[in-house]
Amino acid sequence: MATYDFVFDALGLRGWCGEASTDTNAPMSMDELLAQSGGGDAPAVSLWELPFPSMDALNDACAAFPQSRELTQGLERGFLNVKDAMSFVLDPVTQPLSWALESSLYGILNTPWWIVIPLLMAITWFVSRSWGLLAFVTLSIAGLAFIDHYDYAMQTLAIIFVCAFICVLIGVPIGIAMSRSDGFQNGAIPVLDMLQTLPPFVYLIPLIFLFSVTEPKLYGIAIILYAIVPVIRLTNLGIRMVDPYVMEAAEAFGMTKRQKLYGVQIPLALPNIMAGVNQTIMMSLAMVVIASLVSAPGLGVLVLRGIRNLELGVGLVAGLGIVILAVILDRVTKASLARINAQQKS
Amino acid sequence: MRQKRDDKRTTVEIRHLYKIFGDDPKGALAHVEAGLSKAEILKEHNHVVGLNDINVEVKEGDITVMMGLSGSGKSTLIRHLNRLIEPTAGEVLVDGEDILSYGEEALRRLRREKMSMVFQNFALLPHRTVLENAALAPAVRGVKRADYEGEARKWLDRVGLGGNADQYPSALSGGMQQRVGLARALTSNAPIMLMDEAFSALDPLIRTDMQDLLLELQEELAKTVVFISHDLDEALKLADHLVILKDGYVVQQDEPQAILMNPGDDYIVDFISDINRARVLRVRSVMRPTAQPQPNVAGQVHPEDTLEKVIAISGGETGLRYAVTDDEGRQVGILEMEELVRALVPTGASESGMRARASA
Ligand SMILES: Nc1ncnc2c1ncn2[C@@H]1O[C@H](COP(=O)(O)OP(=O)(O)OP(=O)(O)O)[C@@H](O)[C@H]1O
Ligand SMILES: [Mg+2]
Repeated sequence: MATYDFVFDALGLRGWCGEASTDTNAPMSMDELLAQSGGGDAPAVSLWELPFPSMDALNDACAAFPQSRELTQGLERGFLNVKDAMSFVLDPVTQPLSWALESSLYGILNTPWWIVIPLLMAITWFVSRSWGLLAFVTLSIAGLAFIDHYDYAMQTLAIIFVCAFICVLIGVPIGIAMSRSDGFQNGAIPVLDMLQTLPPFVYLIPLIFLFSVTEPKLYGIAIILYAIVPVIRLTNLGIRMVDPYVMEAAEAFGMTKRQKLYGVQIPLALPNIMAGVNQTIMMSLAMVVIASLVSAPGLGVLVLRGIRNLELGVGLVAGLGIVILAVILDRVTKASLARINAQQKS
Repeated sequence: MRQKRDDKRTTVEIRHLYKIFGDDPKGALAHVEAGLSKAEILKEHNHVVGLNDINVEVKEGDITVMMGLSGSGKSTLIRHLNRLIEPTAGEVLVDGEDILSYGEEALRRLRREKMSMVFQNFALLPHRTVLENAALAPAVRGVKRADYEGEARKWLDRVGLGGNADQYPSALSGGMQQRVGLARALTSNAPIMLMDEAFSALDPLIRTDMQDLLLELQEELAKTVVFISHDLDEALKLADHLVILKDGYVVQQDEPQAILMNPGDDYIVDFISDINRARVLRVRSVMRPTAQPQPNVAGQVHPEDTLEKVIAISGGETGLRYAVTDDEGRQVGILEMEELVRALVPTGASESGMRARASA
């Protein structure tokens, strides 16, 4: 006898349930297993111990009712069924991402350090025009190189550059589209919320099924999905916050939609967009460490080694390297943001 | 000599224009036409009457001032002239063409070539220099910088900002920013200029400066200006034709002097009761028109002289009589000082006015 027999009896579904629930050959639930090992019949259930009418409890009463493990299994089967079709589409579409990651990793490691480091210094100078920041960046990278972490740090940087660039490339147009249509915005916000709140490990699970773990695009996609959200949000916000009176003037002087977008909206939203890019870069850095679980190269690999082999020193030094990279990236993007702000206010 | 209004060409004509804000403007239109008031429609049907049967002719080369209290529909009305707002019903004709039938392209051409606009809050582009702001109109039309720079500099010089061309708007004071706004409208070379409370955000002294600048420019350019204001003194100073709005309908429209002498209803009487009549009324409004020479004239005055000036000339004597002579020295009327003094006392609403319309 199971607790919820009466439900099926009352609804007249006993016939659909088939024979008495005991000689079912469905896999046993955990409770049943425990009950059996405990020996003897289950005692009559008191109201205090009334089980929740969950799928498993109902299955006890009626064999035809599915168990909850079938839910997870069904989901898995469903995913595996569409997986081939999805890979068929997604594989070629995302292939350029693999190429971009592979070639930038190859490029940064096979260019001599005495070219790469001055190049990074030049970029820093170009976007920030600040001697202090330039000195800080140079010393930090030189320091990392001095302790033989140069290759790892450069791999991490290369991945971040590629992913953040693609985030901007895709995210800004999505943000613009959101700013133009309230309907699209309302639909997109829950998706963005979900992308931002899902624990990053959860992205990795379906991606592992879709792509082979040896392909760079696997971690590339995981990083992009995680890091693209701020640039989309802030582009949308920035464009919506453009002074409506200025937009009215643009309209009154006969600007086309295109002229309004490139001549007014994007320039005025630029501080916000750049704030989004800054956050996107920081989130890429966070994710590239986690993505070392799925073969992303770089400092994350050392952190992982530190955890797996309990090599405390290796893990800590790599962690320090990540902090240094984070500070560099943050300061450089913030400095360029400040320059844009100053230009508009001057 | 002033050209008669009827002899001027009509540039913009607004006919039976209605604008109702709400979910079902067309439905609410029936109630407006049935004569319900703005307050009733808001209370019972939850729609806002923006404009209610507006009929105005804007004459070429005139400054037409639309005046009314806050919420009377001034901004709504001026935005119909370049279709920043779409009407619920009615017609707007510009140079005889119904702009409501315009497609996107034709509308853009209207905004680029025929109309320019000056805004209350300046609405300059903060990321462009003063010069680039002034040159917005030609830049939008696709003219190369080298080709429009001269024109833009010319107008910046004209409004007194020649030295600020390379600054950004945020470096300028409010008055200077509005000069840029004016230069931007002038650089577009459009014959029609729409000005929505263009000077309202400025300090009184700067505002007077700007009004003088506008009148001076108007003297030389003779644009067709539609000017919105909630300030009666400003309206009387600038207007060739004054349209007074209330709750979305036109209470009275006429030449400003005529409105002062014959206010259409009590609303207008209230409205004009506080102004300094001696300063705004002119001799031509008070004189007795006649070409017959009269004896005992104390001197000559001009029809456009203000009463204030005549009082100063007369030294306060009320028994005098002046001959009114035009630019060519011909007598056009006689001004009795007694009449002048009487005109300084505000008149009541004229019975023939629009009182019936207003209390509906
Ligand atoms: N988008 C809108 N939606 C609803 N009601 C509106 C809208 N725009 C204007 N109104 C209403 O229409 C009426 C006229 O507004 P409008 O802005 O034209 O007044 P105004 O005369 O320019 O006033 P102000 O001097 O304050 O600028 C007001 O009652 C206002 O509440
Ligand atoms: Mg207004």
